[in-house]
Parts: sequence; C-alpha cells; structure tokens
Amino acid sequence: MTNRVTTTQETKATTDAVRLLPRDRLADLFHALTARGYQVIGPRVDQGAIIYDQLTSVEELPRGWTDEQGPGYYRLKRREDDDAFGYVVGPHSWKRYLFPPLVTLARIERDGEDWHIESQPESPVKRAFLGVRACELAAIAVQDRVFLSQAYVDPIYQARRESVCLIAANCTQAAATCFCTSMDTGPRCRSGFDLAITEIAAGYIVEVGSELGASLAADLPLRPASPEDQADGEAARARAVAQIERTLDTHDIRALLMNNLDHPQWDDVGQRCLSCTNCTMVCPTCFCCSVTEVGDLTEQHIERQRQWDSCFHPDFSYINGGQVRGQVRSRYRQWLTHKLATWIDQFDVSGCVGCGRCITWCPVGIDLTEEVAAIRGNPS
Amino acid sequence: MSHQGTVVPPHPWVPHRAMIRRFCAEIPDVSTLDIRLFDDAERSRFDCQPGQFNMLYVPGVGEAAISVSGPGLEPGDWAHTIRRAGAVTRELTRLPVGATIGLRGPYGRGWPCAAAMERDVLIIAGGIGLAPLRPLVRYFLSNPSAARCVRLLYGSRSPDHLLFAEEIDRWRALGLDVDITVDRASLGWQGNVGVVPMLVDRLHPLDPTRTEVYLCGPEVMMRYTTRALLQRGVEASHIWLSVERNMQCAVGLCGHCQLGPAFVCRDGPVFSYEHVAPLLYTEDL
Ligand SMILES: Cc1cc2nc3c(=O)[nH]c(=O)nc-3n(C[C@H](O)[C@H](O)[C@H](O)COP(=O)(O)OP(=O)(O)OC[C@H]3O[C@@H](n4cnc5c(N)ncnc54)[C@H](O)[C@@H]3O)c2cc1C
Ligand code: SF4
Ligand code: SF4
Ligand code: FES
Repeated sequence: MTNRVTTTQETKATTDAVRLLPRDRLADLFHALTARGYQVIGPRVDQGAIIYDQLTSVEELPRGWTDEQGPGYYRLKRREDDDAFGYVVGPHSWKRYLFPPLVTLARIERDGEDWHIESQPESPVKRAFLGVRACELAAIAVQDRVFLSQAYVDPIYQARRESVCLIAANCTQAAATCFCTSMDTGPRCRSGFDLAITEIAAGYIVEVGSELGASLAADLPLRPASPEDQADGEAARARAVAQIERTLDTHDIRALLMNNLDHPQWDDVGQRCLSCTNCTMVCPTCFCCSVTEVGDLTEQHIERQRQWDSCFHPDFSYINGGQVRGQVRSRYRQWLTHKLATWIDQFDVSGCVGCGRCITWCPVGIDLTEEVAAIRGNPS
Repeated sequence: MSHQGTVVPPHPWVPHRAMIRRFCAEIPDVSTLDIRLFDDAERSRFDCQPGQFNMLYVPGVGEAAISVSGPGLEPGDWAHTIRRAGAVTRELTRLPVGATIGLRGPYGRGWPCAAAMERDVLIIAGGIGLAPLRPLVRYFLSNPSAARCVRLLYGSRSPDHLLFAEEIDRWRALGLDVDITVDRASLGWQGNVGVVPMLVDRLHPLDPTRTEVYLCGPEVMMRYTTRALLQRGVEASHIWLSVERNMQCAVGLCGHCQLGPAFVCRDGPVFSYEHVAPLLYTEDL
C-alpha cells in the first residue's frame, strides 16, 4: 500500500520535473513515433530551402543549417553548431498536409446517359509533424476554426487533423521577418502540442502537452534536466524573443483598415504588387480554394478536384463576364483586410500569426507590417 | 448500438444525384427546370425557403449557384429558373428531361418573411431577379395576413423578356398590385417604358415608414433602385437585397464569395441594405 502511494508520487514528481532527451538520442523520438504508426513529416533541405517533407530518419534533419530572411530574401547558411532545429520557417507550412494543395473530392463514372458519383473518405494516414513552431501551432488553431467550427465541416481536413501528432520545437532564434510577438502567437509554444522540445547543446528539453505526448515521453530515455540545462533552455528561448525586431501595431486594427478602404496606400501597393500569389501560397492560414472538373480523354471518368486558389488571381472574383476585383490594388486590399480585419469578424481570431513568410517570399519585398503602418501613420 | 471512432459527416462539397423532371422555356435564354433528388431520404429532408439557392452540377462541366424559384409541379420537385450565361448554365438548359444532374443545398439565408408583418411590402425585381422573388410573391399571396399589402415592381429589357408573364397575370387576378416597365418597348406595348427606379419615383401612395422592400436584380439596377427608395424616405434597415458573388463551395469554406466580413453563401445571399451598402458601394471590394 505504502509502496503504491510512493510510486504514484514518484511518477508525479518526474512528470513535473524538467526533463532532457540527450542530443544523440533524438532518433528514439523518431522511433517512438514510427512504432505508433506515424509517418514523420519534418524539416529537410531541398533546393536551397528548408521544407517539410516525409522523413525516413533523423539523419535527414537540416543539422547545421540556418536560414537568413528579409523582405524578398531567403538564404540557407551554415551554422557553427550542428543544431537540427536551428532555422526559423521556410516556404512550406504544415497546411499542405492538413489542407492539401490538390485533392480529389469525388469521382464520377459515366454509365451510358447516366452517371454515378463516389466520394470515398481518404484512407487515414497518421502523420507526426516534427518541429512545429509556435506561430505554426497558432496557424493550425486558426485553420481549425475555418474548417471545423462552422456549420459545414471540411471532412478532409477533419480526418487528417484528428490523426496528427504535433511535436513542437521552440524557436531558439528569430528571422528579421518574424513578428509573432505582435500577434501574440510566439515564439514560445504554450499549448496545442503533444510534445514540445527546446534544443540546447546537451539535447532537447521536453515538455508534455497531452496524453499522447506523455506516452511518447514514457518511451524516451529522458533524464532530469540539470540547472545548467534549464538555464540554457531559458537563454535559447530568450534569444529568439530578443531577436524579434519587426512589429505590427494591432490596436483597433479591424476598424483602422475597414475605415480606410479608399486610402491612397492601396494604390501605392497596387503599383508594386505583381499579383503573383506567392504570399497566399506560403501563408499558413490562407484557405481559399476552387474546384475544377478533370476528365479523361473519353470523359467516361471525371474527377472533381479541389486546389488552392488565391484572391490575387484575376478570375478569383469572376462573375457575370467580369471581375469584381479587376485591379491589383483591390486584390491586395482584399488580402490584407481579410487577414487582419474581416477574419476577426468571421472567425473571432486574426488571420495572421506573424510568421513573416509573405514578406520573405514576396518577389518585390512587400511587407504587410509596413503597409499597415503607412495607413496608420496617415489615416484618411 | 454505439459506434467507435469518428462519424464521417456528409461531404459538403459532393453533389447528390438528381433528375430533371420538367423543362419549361420561359423567355429567350431563360428556362425553368423542375429537379428532383433521387435519394428518398435526402428528398424528404429537402426543403427550400424563399431566397435560398442550390448548387447545380453537370459532370465534366461544373457547378452553378441557382436560386430556387419555387416548388415544382410534383411534390418533391423544385423549380430552378436559369439564364444561359456560360458553360454550366448552357449545359443545364440543354439537357433533356430525365437527365441526371447533381444538386447540393439548400444554402444561404433567404428573404426574411417575418419582417413584413403589419407592413407595406414592395417586391422589386429586375430581369432574372424575379426568379428568387417568385416564392416570396407566392408566400404573400397564400398568407394574406403576413403583410398589410403587397406590390410588385418589375422591370425587364423588353416585353419579350418579361419572365413568368402568365403567372403575373394570375397574380393580378388574385389582387396583387403589379407595376411593370421595360427598357425598350416593342410594337403594341402600352405599358411603362423606363428603368425600375422610375417606378419607385412614381409610386403613389407610399408611406416610407411602413414600407418593407425585397429587391433582386443586376447590381447596377439595385444601386439606382435603393437610391430612389432612400430618396422617398424608405429606411435602409427595411430594404433587403440578394447579392451575387463567385461561388465554389457555398458553405463558407472556399473564400470566393467574400464581401468584406460576409461570406455571401453563408451570411447571405440576402442582406439588409443597411449592413451591406458600405461594402457593396466600396469600389471593387
Ligand atoms: C446566390 C446566387 C443565386 C443565383 N441564382 C441564379 C438563378 O436563380 N438563376 C440564374 O440564372 N442564375 C443565378 N445565379 C447566377 C449563376 O450562378 C451564374 O450565372 C452561373 O454561375 C454562371 O455559370 P456558367 O458556368 O454558366 O457561366 P460562366 O460565365 O462560364 O461562369 C464560370 C464560373 O464563374 C462563376 N460565376 C459566373 N457568374 C456568376 C454569378 N453571377 N454568380 C456566381 N458565380 C458566377 C461560377 O463559378 C461559374 O462556374 C445566382 C448566383 C448566386 C451567387
Ligand atoms: S499573413 Fe504573412 S505573416 Fe501573417 S500568417 Fe500569413 S504568411 Fe505569416
Ligand atoms: S504581395 Fe508580393 S507575394 Fe503577394 S501577390 Fe503581391 S507581389 Fe506576390
Ligand atoms: S462560396 Fe465558398 S465561401 Fe462562400
């Protein structure tokens, strides 16, 4: 009897204590995931960028690489150490695994004059996302509201979301494009993960965020983190906070933008924007999509395919032989006001998590924080 | 019996099979199709309120948002009045009776019928805009106590383009006040010539404080008509209008139909003019 009580308390004590996964045991986490049937999706280097892809081992992680970012600028650089999570965010987001860029909604088979339609739920794949940033956890929470909280739920997103395991990685540095502190989404992972890690010289400080996370942790060769380890973790996370330079003043931003729909700044940005759609493709919260019919040569077999779309495409707003938003200025205005203002009306949350991707990947370096500042500085 | 695991909800993007049961050529380029869902369970659940719309689907071509223009001739059939505008609407109106099409819906918020209680109702339509208003006219005719009085103002391009002309005669016979105008008269036309706002200017008597307006037509027509109504003192909060935007999903998931904070598919297509005017009249919003 006494024994049992002691055991329980011990378990409790170890749960509360800060624990560390030694640096050379990261593969154990990978194996704990694959042993549970998870396909591991994580960062790796591809064509000069860090992207998210299916990984076969921890060897594929971008060890020793970091990214340097600025408006319209992204370069990989060598790190002095061999950190695996020593970069910020790249052109991919986890959205491509929860809300795929292209998916078949239904298959139609013609049967003489008649036809039949079939919509099989996707065969469930359990995916573990390894290295989710705080702003990305926030972006997933934003898309949860879009796809799961309305009267109609998106079943593709739902099935994928329910089977996902989130292994977050606290940022230990920030890019020049980051402004998560303004959006109150990071850089610290606070909730919404199964496990969160902080990478330090000795290894990975591990935090448990769910029952699944606890069961994964139970399989790992964790040891208590020493006071030095803990101080290193604090310092690494503080470094990220300290490096964030960019800000977006969100005070009353909804009213600011909606009261300035005719501001000359929209003409100004409309002159610079190429309407290339990059910003919407890299944004982890953008959810616009369209459906097209794809038939084989005989048109016997037809698929209805849904693909990512963008409010920057001229035909996005096509009706009655014309485009509602025929000018670039109105398309940029649609994008920015949706992100920062009307998203709040629609989903009670901002559509921007401050990840900075749209700034980095804009070929002409348009920075939404500067566009907002220009309007705020000179409201009409 | 309890089930393990998650229940897969019906896929909101996937059309149900339905049959074209009746075809009626109305005016040049416009036809009414009576459409019936194949599935018995789906059909018994299916009920459309005036002003709601369905997504109609032709395999290999695509989908189009089409308002319900009333129940069909047979119970379980629903009428859709379609103007040939492009690929989908052309194909829909070319298919033979008996053909299988796809349908999903009904979607959106329709006309707020209850707002008419104790009020003088003006139903104002331009062109094909009469189709989504027809169920509302019929509702008032069969529920005389739902409003103090009802008047229909209707404008079309030419006398040949007057939609539901025979039914309008029957409505008149049932006591509905109807004012019609055409943009261009043809030989033998003795009615009004001019645009719909002109009918509003000429309305007499009109008690603006007691008037409730239901409006549907091309966006320019609605713009000038609302201006005329406001000039006569009708209150913006008592004008309801139906808005069109590009639609892919019709269920708030694709982003296409946005008009400021609104998803037209989910929050409309019928809006109060008071709420929608600042958005509708911001250039290119
Ligand atoms: C809520 C609502 C109710 C409608 N009710 C009716 C009705 O009762 N009768 C009727 O004839 N028409 C109605 N329309 C308009 C009808 O949806 C369009 O005419 C139709 O989508 C045109 O498709 P298409 O392929 O034939 O033409 P195309 O010009 O080839 O259109 C290509 C695509 O553009 C989009 N599109 C083009 N025009 C419109 C439009 N006006 N509205 C929305 N999307 C458009 C569609 O995605 C369409 O598939 C309604 C539209 C909306 C939004
Ligand atoms: S709008 Fe830009 S900064 Fe905000 S979440 Fe999207 S990509 Fe990131
Ligand atoms: S803001 Fe930049 S990334 Fe976005 S559409 Fe314009 S040019 Fe492309
Ligand atoms: S039509 Fe897709 S969100 Fe309204």
